[in-house]
Amino acid sequence: MDSDLSSQDRKDLDKFIKFFALKTVQIIVQARLGEKISTCSSSSPTGSDWFNLAIKDIPEVTHESKKALAGQLPGIGRSMCVEISLKTSEGDSMELETWCLEMNEKCDKDIKVSYTVYNRLSLLLKSLLAITRVTPAYKLSRKQGHDYVILYRIYFGDVQLTGLGEGFQSVRVGVVGTPIGTITLSCAYRTNLALMSSRQFERTGPIMGIIIDHFVERPFTNMAHMHPCSYRTPGEDEGGTYAGIEDSQEVCTTSFSTSPPSQMVVPGKEGGVPQVPAQPNHGTAAEHCRIPSCPNGQSPQPGEMHSDVLCMCGTQVTTTSLDLPFAAFTPRANDLEVNDPMVHPPPSPAPSSPLQGSLHSNSSSHSGGQPQDDFVMVDFKPAFSKDDLLPMDLGTFYREFQNPPQLASLSIDVSAQSMAEDLDSLPEKLAIYEKNIDEFDAFVDTLQ
Amino acid sequence: MNCRSEVLEVSVEGRQVEEAMLAVLHTILLHRSTGKFHYKKEGTYSIGTVGTQDVDCDFIDFTFVRVSSDELDRVIRKAVAEFKDALGNSGSDGMGQISLEFYQKKKSRWPFSDECIPWEVWSIKVNVVNLANEQERQICREKVGEKLGEKVINIVEVINRHDYLPKMPTQSEVDNVFDTSLKDVQPYLYKITYQITDSLGTSVSTTMRRLIKDTLAL
Repeated sequence: MDSDLSSQDRKDLDKFIKFFALKTVQIIVQARLGEKISTCSSSSPTGSDWFNLAIKDIPEVTHESKKALAGQLPGIGRSMCVEISLKTSEGDSMELETWCLEMNEKCDKDIKVSYTVYNRLSLLLKSLLAITRVTPAYKLSRKQGHDYVILYRIYFGDVQLTGLGEGFQSVRVGVVGTPIGTITLSCAYRTNLALMSSRQFERTGPIMGIIIDHFVERPFTNMAHMHPCSYRTPGEDEGGTYAGIEDSQEVCTTSFSTSPPSQMVVPGKEGGVPQVPAQPNHGTAAEHCRIPSCPNGQSPQPGEMHSDVLCMCGTQVTTTSLDLPFAAFTPRANDLEVNDPMVHPPPSPAPSSPLQGSLHSNSSSHSGGQPQDDFVMVDFKPAFSKDDLLPMDLGTFYREFQNPPQLASLSIDVSAQSMAEDLDSLPEKLAIYEKNIDEFDAFVDTLQ
Repeated sequence: MNCRSEVLEVSVEGRQVEEAMLAVLHTILLHRSTGKFHYKKEGTYSIGTVGTQDVDCDFIDFTFVRVSSDELDRVIRKAVAEFKDALGNSGSDGMGQISLEFYQKKKSRWPFSDECIPWEVWSIKVNVVNLANEQERQICREKVGEKLGEKVINIVEVINRHDYLPKMPTQSEVDNVFDTSLKDVQPYLYKITYQITDSLGTSVSTTMRRLIKDTLAL
């Protein structure tokens, strides 16, 4: 009975529960911001670190929590829930998980409030820190920014789990018995991400963005807007939220979105193409712009991040390029090779080496269907074709150009033949190279 | 009082051993570390603050939380590196076990040395697998990440049973319960040991230990 609890203990317990609830929300929301969290240990107690844990207080989150609590405390029949959901740039949203702080009637009368309950609540917060990195929403939240953001909503009262879809799983973080009831912290999370996958994974913008982050040089360090999500202090980047969220007062963004909404959709392209700073900051970008990789004929604007890897135009996503490390450098290599007399000797027929053949195929697959020289059918004479042959010719044409051409290097005959040709033409090539030896020496000097 | 023993098993690729062990050990230590105690007069004490930080694994699709203490991290990394080397050098099928034991010291009268009484032992059995190609490695990254997630949930379940914990000590007893050597956090007294299983499936060192214990019991 409550009468067994001294008034001081009761006051302490209420305070503990209140701050426990606030810290719970902070931990959950911070774990879904999309970035790694780090706080420092301090051997001297500051007096402001509840439960002896360094958990920062994001003011907006505290404000929302207090608003939801509205002066009440989580109690029996009054659960506090934090709902995490995902919202795409097109406005679709999906609930991912619901964290519930509940209390049941099972009381532990003998437990010491100021000591045992406090320490056990601290332990429960540590468990919450660990578990928030384990549920599926964590990985999603780390990749947010371009195509979707993660939102949170705090509500009080009955737990609502219907939005999590069929087959949702539950994980219990822990329980702490108190003299007025047992506190339980748990999470129910969606397992069926099917709704998302058909839309989300068609455009793998964020992932490609991360690949590009690794391999493209960035002399400018002001790339904050390229990271999936960076939390900004209030007032710094208010323009980051999606316009579509304003209709729901209760829904708050945890991710203060990297790029402003105006840059989210690039005209003429599908999906979220990651952006770079407006100025092409090095020769690589300029060279990329020269390569016609968009079948729709648009020459890439200087301000757009461009490489064949990212061009999602049409369906010709160059998966080969995606798999290649340093894929961003491939076009440059392409360019170099096209002009380099070592690889492309002037008198040689096309394609005289497997490498050249594959270069041709590569560039043709990039341009997504534009006929290259080696696809022109020499005996195609429309002027002389008979009427009844026309459908056949058209059919043949269509069949031939329907699929990307097979790589010459994959065709054994061609490679065997060109190997033999290669060997035969070696003496000629060597003679040419010897003639141009000065040029090569100069080139080697520039590399040093 | 009986020592509580928990066993966790993981199957990982060679290059994942270190991170998998760090993830599990740090998750346990996160729960078994407090802030530094500052004893005041009248027998009261205050507790320092424990910070935490996220650690992304390079070879596993997993992020774990550890206590923000570089000193503690160094100690754990050293132990895990030794275990990994021993696993690599053992020439066995790549099976071993690393144990994290929490204990209390009980002062004995001279000439007997202090007794170490374990109150919780976590044993992590490791099975190293070899993978043939990059595709299998990619699948392994994800699978091991999921498995580690399950281990974290298991650990949290055990910890939240709120079974025996040593009583909070007085100032004179604090070194019998906690490791006070670190400057920023204070884990319970712990020790990390490991065993490599030979190809017969028997552990060489446990056989020795059993022998010694049996001898002493006489």
